[in-house]
Amino acid sequence: MDTVIRGRVWKYGDNVNTDVIFPGKYTYTVRDRADMGQHALEDLDPSFAAEVRPGDVIVAGRNWGCGSSREQAVVCLKMKGVGAIVAKSVSRIYYRNCINEALPALTSADAAEALQRGDEVEIDLARGEIRSARGVFTFPPLPEAVLGIVEAGGLIEFTRRRLGLGG
Amino acid sequence: MKMTFAEKLLARKAGRPSAVAGEIVEIRPDVALTHDNTAAIYQTFKKIGVSRVFDPGMHAVTLDHAAPAPTTEHAQNHKEVRAFVQEQGIRDFFEVGRGICHQVLVEEGLSLPGEFMVGADSHTPHAGLMGCFAVGVGRTEMAAVWATGQIWIRVPESLRITVNGRLQPGVTAKDLALRVIGELGADGGDYMSVEWHGEGVLGLPLHERAVLPNMMAEMGCKNSYIPPDDTVFKYLEGRARRAYEPVHPDPGARYAVSHDVDAVSVEPMVAKPHTVDNVVPLSEVEGTKIDQAFLGTCTNGRSEDIAIAAEVVRGHRVAVRFIVIPASSEEYLKALRAGHVLALIEAGAIFESPGCGPCMGNHLGVPAPGEVTISSANRNFRGRMGTRESDIYLASPAVVAASAVAGRIVHPREILARAKGA
Ligand code: SF4
Repeated sequence: MDTVIRGRVWKYGDNVNTDVIFPGKYTYTVRDRADMGQHALEDLDPSFAAEVRPGDVIVAGRNWGCGSSREQAVVCLKMKGVGAIVAKSVSRIYYRNCINEALPALTSADAAEALQRGDEVEIDLARGEIRSARGVFTFPPLPEAVLGIVEAGGLIEFTRRRLGLGG
Repeated sequence: MKMTFAEKLLARKAGRPSAVAGEIVEIRPDVALTHDNTAAIYQTFKKIGVSRVFDPGMHAVTLDHAAPAPTTEHAQNHKEVRAFVQEQGIRDFFEVGRGICHQVLVEEGLSLPGEFMVGADSHTPHAGLMGCFAVGVGRTEMAAVWATGQIWIRVPESLRITVNGRLQPGVTAKDLALRVIGELGADGGDYMSVEWHGEGVLGLPLHERAVLPNMMAEMGCKNSYIPPDDTVFKYLEGRARRAYEPVHPDPGARYAVSHDVDAVSVEPMVAKPHTVDNVVPLSEVEGTKIDQAFLGTCTNGRSEDIAIAAEVVRGHRVAVRFIVIPASSEEYLKALRAGHVLALIEAGAIFESPGCGPCMGNHLGVPAPGEVTISSANRNFRGRMGTRESDIYLASPAVVAASAVAGRIVHPREILARAKGA
């Protein structure tokens, strides 16, 4: 996992739910991970999937990713190269799904407030810093118990190692 | 040490004398629930590199989300699920038509007091109705549970909701749930174990209680819980799959938040588009024109819900499409035997086979752009029913049925007061 992420900000509001991040109607038909990216944020920001660049960062308000448990709502962003999610808060299942996919989900109310669409940001995971022209913001480190999963590159790799199936 | 339900149950499952909110425990689930997403989880499971699931007896698999299959792709998906359950020797498999996972697991005696359920579905907390600790997870997480038989869980803080007094006649658990979500917000219970207490809850019959933990998913809860009592134990007689040991919180346990509701003051409520916490009293949206009404889902698709709808529409004709989908085959049969299905079809309603139907936009009643639906479901997000440019209002079964007759959102008393056949 890269420790420094660089990209532009895509900014959204509070309570953005998984139905607009990855529409439910695709959940049983779009099964290839690469294809999931094509529908990222389809019902929220139709320009996103075409214009997002690797390293870009989602900045959102409270309760990002609420609603359904579908992890395609995480995978579709990962497939588009999204580097991190910075939000005031991230809903519970979505947060777990991020850990399991090794997509950093960071909480910083100040950064979520200050950063605007199109801002250039640099996120230093090791130091717990978000740097931008609007200032430097800090975020709490990941809990010890989940760090191992993120460092392994996600839950699948982590489980493989745990079962002694190689790393 | 005084423990909440979550602390006590997770301590027991982890084989420890106690547990405190914030700690992380590793436990073995009693039930692992998956549905149409089983085939996709199997794809992920295979990447782990093991060929057999840890314990086939832990699995419960339903086909409900797009059932019967609306397209070739969905049919192929179902076929792969069947092949998987065969290959792995999973006995608790429930075919197309049996019903919605959360309802079916209660009926099958698999949602049990004092047990721990993990489900690859966000409304898994539904099973808290029976005093089960039930938590939703994503697909990858479930694949890891299949492989290892274990899951890590952070012991959640608890939110205690006490409902004092009794709901007034005509006011339902749906109205109570919407009122609480409106008050506390879509993240009001984030990461928390939501415990329901008070006579306003325990005085409710099971089909009504079910709505409460079901809808706590809309407040971000980890799990939700109603203390199991004789109503639950009686229901489980002859159904429970195994002996169970209920867990009750200790008096004096510490709650992160306590919230009190005066049941008498609860009135019929509606969630407006496009968030579930956009809640207003019914009177504020009365008169809103609708194109379709939908009664069903794990929230409000039981025979009692169908009975209320039948009572409302009897002697009238519906003014708009009125889609009714029983939550399970058992509920469907009950409604049939009692004559409610007949009454509804005579009034012009449409019945579809048990399952999720249009709840998440797969089939059987997807709205056109610009159309407005009133629904007894638990979610009204933009695009939820498959169409971005459409509005969904959430309400109780009586309000849904009455609105179907009027063609606009109305209070049920307006229809009940109308001369029959008018
Ligand atoms: S009825 Fe709706 S909310 Fe319930 S399990 Fe099915 S899709 Fe989910």
